[in-house]
Amino acid sequence: MFDSLLIANRGEIACRILRSAHRLGLRTIAVYSDADRKAQHVKLADEAWHIGAAPAAQSYLCADKILEVARRSGAAAIHPGYGFLAENAEFAAACRAAGSVFVGPPVAAIRAMGSKSAAKAIMHQAGVPLVPGYHGEDQRLATLQSAALSIGFPLLVKASAGGGGKGMRVVRTAGELEAAIEGAKREAAASFGDDRLLLERYLEQPRHVEIQVFADSQGQVIYLFERDCSVQRRHQKVLEEAPAPGLSPALREQMGAAAVTATGTIGYVGAGTVEFLLDTDGSFYFMEMNTRLQVEHPVTELITGLDLVAWQLQIAAGQPLPCRQTEIQINGHAIEARLYAEDPQRNFLPAIGTLHHLQLPVESDQVRVDTGVAQGDEISIDYDPMLAKIIVHDVDRPAALRRLRRALEQVEVAGVTTNAAFLHRVVNHPAFAAANFDTGFIDQHRDELLPPARPASAQTLALAALYLLLQREADARHAARQSSDPHSPWHQTSGWRLNGDNHHQLRFSAGEHVHLITLHYRPVGYLIEVADRQLSASGYFDDRGRLKATLDGQQLHARVVRCGMELQVLYRATSHRLLLHDPHAEAFAHEENTGRLTAPMPGKIVALLVKGGARVTRGTPLVILEAMKMEHTITAPADGIVTQMNFTAGALVSDGAALLTFEADEGA
Amino acid sequence: MTHLKSSLVPASEEFQRNAAAMRAQVADLREKVALIRLGGGEPARQKHLERGKLLPRERIRQLLDMGSPFLEFSQFAAWGFYKNEAPAAGIITGIGRVCGRECLIIANDATVKGGTYLPLTVKKHLRAQEIAEQNHLPCIYLVDSGGAFLPLQEDVFPDRDHFGRIFYNQAQMSAKGIPQIAVVMGSCTAGGAYVPAMADESIIVKNQGTIFLGGPPLVKAATGEVVSAEDLGGADVHCRTSGVTDHYATDDAHALGLARRIVANLNRTKGVQLDLREPREPLYPAEEIYGIIPTESRKPFDVREVIARVVDGSEFDAFKKLYGETLVCGFAHIFGYPVGIVANNGILFSESAQKGAHFVELCSQRGIPLIFLQNITGFMVGSKYETGGIAKDGAKMVMAVACARVPKFTVLIGGSFGAGNYGMCGRAYSPRMLWMWPNARISVMGGEQAAGVLAQVKRDGLETRGQEWSPAEEEAFKQPIRDQYEHQGHPYFASARIWDDGIIDPADTRMVLGLGISAALNAPIEKTTFGIFRM
Repeated sequence: MFDSLLIANRGEIACRILRSAHRLGLRTIAVYSDADRKAQHVKLADEAWHIGAAPAAQSYLCADKILEVARRSGAAAIHPGYGFLAENAEFAAACRAAGSVFVGPPVAAIRAMGSKSAAKAIMHQAGVPLVPGYHGEDQRLATLQSAALSIGFPLLVKASAGGGGKGMRVVRTAGELEAAIEGAKREAAASFGDDRLLLERYLEQPRHVEIQVFADSQGQVIYLFERDCSVQRRHQKVLEEAPAPGLSPALREQMGAAAVTATGTIGYVGAGTVEFLLDTDGSFYFMEMNTRLQVEHPVTELITGLDLVAWQLQIAAGQPLPCRQTEIQINGHAIEARLYAEDPQRNFLPAIGTLHHLQLPVESDQVRVDTGVAQGDEISIDYDPMLAKIIVHDVDRPAALRRLRRALEQVEVAGVTTNAAFLHRVVNHPAFAAANFDTGFIDQHRDELLPPARPASAQTLALAALYLLLQREADARHAARQSSDPHSPWHQTSGWRLNGDNHHQLRFSAGEHVHLITLHYRPVGYLIEVADRQLSASGYFDDRGRLKATLDGQQLHARVVRCGMELQVLYRATSHRLLLHDPHAEAFAHEENTGRLTAPMPGKIVALLVKGGARVTRGTPLVILEAMKMEHTITAPADGIVTQMNFTAGALVSDGAALLTFEADEGA
Repeated sequence: MTHLKSSLVPASEEFQRNAAAMRAQVADLREKVALIRLGGGEPARQKHLERGKLLPRERIRQLLDMGSPFLEFSQFAAWGFYKNEAPAAGIITGIGRVCGRECLIIANDATVKGGTYLPLTVKKHLRAQEIAEQNHLPCIYLVDSGGAFLPLQEDVFPDRDHFGRIFYNQAQMSAKGIPQIAVVMGSCTAGGAYVPAMADESIIVKNQGTIFLGGPPLVKAATGEVVSAEDLGGADVHCRTSGVTDHYATDDAHALGLARRIVANLNRTKGVQLDLREPREPLYPAEEIYGIIPTESRKPFDVREVIARVVDGSEFDAFKKLYGETLVCGFAHIFGYPVGIVANNGILFSESAQKGAHFVELCSQRGIPLIFLQNITGFMVGSKYETGGIAKDGAKMVMAVACARVPKFTVLIGGSFGAGNYGMCGRAYSPRMLWMWPNARISVMGGEQAAGVLAQVKRDGLETRGQEWSPAEEEAFKQPIRDQYEHQGHPYFASARIWDDGIIDPADTRMVLGLGISAALNAPIEKTTFGIFRM
């Protein structure tokens, strides 16, 4: 075994690899970009080297910089993690040329599986079943059209070099074919610099079932069972589990054998995943092989009790597989949920911001949390927006599901929008509980899984109000202790009045909803009047700073996080953002006599179309914002003057950032 | 410290009867205050709100720190006056916290006669300023007033304690370094213009606040010039051109935010010269005070039962416990502040008066605030006592109380009659604050005594002329006198005339005193120099 390991990655996977490396006694070397100076993987590693600016293209994707660090740090081996350079054959080759062990498959195997059509040709020859399709080099329209007709509809048109759903089209009739091919070509060219397409039969209700394989350099190949990753959105996995629900041992064995064949065919070494589409009739088709460790590898680890990263390292060091196929058993059931910084309500657009508050589920024998972020970290658009993986393990699927529900309810994230509530709805969905799903699950149940945002409930508003009152009490107690007159009843915050009651009014807004709340001071606690309800409320902060509230006799705990005027109420995996209106602050803002136009989503400013001081008419385009390769134009809401531009072209902005200040004409 | 042991029996019939009577009085008090708090009535309130202005109590709420207590003064001012059309005399005064500092707030209520100054409005305003001056409290004037109420100008304008005194007080306080802050949220006409003009810092609200010596009608009459109120003395004029005001506010909320910012920048500290203790609640519930006070006002009660429900831990160290027992004197703490308590437990004799004088001297020398709990029918009369020199002993106590410079607080918990009122720090003796319980009565002597004295005088006259006076006739003579004293001695009557700072629920006594003492600590406790005690 080598004695040192460079991890050419960041985030949760870098932390994950560091753990196993430390367990094996290796010296660990991390690399980091400007954005990651204080990141968790940097803190965990024995040493860490700076490799450039925040954009991955200037840091984590720079093979030469990483190899330079490997040389200077004397790293004997390099683990690429997943993403970035993990499936980059040139990087693997360069590592080996530089004398470092590349923790991954041989260069040839990476190359072989790198092109989807080439991979399928190899698998076809090896007898691994494929979805009927066309993977030819002849990309003329007529050829593609005739191939399509022989495969039949529905048909999938996709980029040969693609992934992540880009350059992909579903065609249901022959009439749509030409436009779909042209559109897919354009997107493929734009996204991958390669406009070659392949055609495939489109399966209506397929499940995504993949087999984890391992091969050693002695030529042994085994499989570590399957993972069901059918629950996907925008072709990205959201929940993964092992074993696949309802998969018969016989089918498991068949798929395992096919995966082992596929692996053996290309002279593979190390960890890999063979992805299959599983049709409702039990037939399965090779999709692709991922020549790296998968994001969802922990579910396999939990049902097998194995450390896949340790295996990767041992095999990279030339050791044989630690056990035989027959020695590996499935134990219980594991499910992984990916917690993303994203907004499910806005088509899962990545969200950025500061993690003002982050509380992940408490880890136990049944609950594992893989993360690479900590409270206070900045989530930027430079990297994958995954915050954590929450993985649960229990004796069977229903038990694991119960654990997952509870674990998701413990998630508290403030400052960045997440998919926590969405995940919670998925795992609570009866179809998911019944394992009645395919890759179309989320689209099929969109209405239930992505209900329109509801206005904040009376309970949410009461929690926010109670938080403010208790916070005010705490602040007053603190001020009292600092004061020369510490016991003065003037420090009290009970709103005392001579011979009468007293109340206070708060105004919150959430989107276009404005909520007026009247708080009546009571000898113990408060009477909160919200909408047409009255709630008696009292509470305190526990030692973890959570709000222990009693609302009309019901005790509950919630987390309320305040950042400026924004309050985020987190309660059982739901999150509500409320903007507190402070009449004084608003008046001061009004004093400045400016309006602000804000970014509708995190993104990058592509162009400023007017200069500060410009007089514009209603609807004039002012700023172009790019997010998720889409351009959004911000236009003038009224006739008036753009008094100031707050950013320059190229700047990255977070959701809600004030892009410019705008003064509408009087009466406009 | 000694615990006061209560011998009250809350289950007793007497206690229950007393408590029920007091509860009824407190309920009546709160009911009337709720009415007073509505100001000039619904139409006036609506009109005010429609103008985009906040109601005066809402202004105060937004000015104060969230949840701050507000110790309101003279709630009953003008009760029963001016055809009952001037609740609270059209002005709200009190102490509240702004940015962590106790401030005195004076807010005109424009829903009451346009916020104009009636005679009692002036008196209430001046009393609030007096409290500010004595306790060094920054003053925040929320001005929304049409100035002097012209039909009653003779009782508003000319005398020393009339309208002009407001600005004299502003000048005096400003000279002493007591900040004067004016927020012009409505009219400030004629004399009223001097409130912002005399202030250290002033704020004006756009399209709401106006300041001018003569309003548009007067200008037109005098010079023929036609000008709008806003152009004559609005925010733009005074912030941009005249310099009469310093800060420009777009609305009430903004103005109050600016006022808070001014207070935050005052750089005031509070030097507390008292030996503070950790405060503790009394051992007995405050509401039990209700059961102490007899329904029959002539019936005595043990004042120590009251003290036990006001002071920290019900701990009270009596002074001269065995001497002059009709006056209870001793040391205790309220909210951790050391206090000296002087409380009546019967009629004042020479010994009690001497003891009181001695105790007031002690507290003055030691810088301990004094609390007077008044329930006094007067000094003992009769030849034995006159020859014993009760007048000079009473004078000793009055001398001590009059000269004592430590903060003094007086609560009328029962009768306040005759010279007892003087010795027990009545209004004339400038306590920092003076409060009444709903059961209290104040007059030169009790109604019964007055009726008796007057009946005696009449009987003497009749008998000199050899005329008969039947008991029935005497009773018919006495009853109107009793009624008059009862009416004029009642807290609502007294408070309407601002003879006190307000009527309080007995259960709030501890809170009111605590707030008062704490506010008083904004001014340094001065050394006392006594006059000549007649020996």
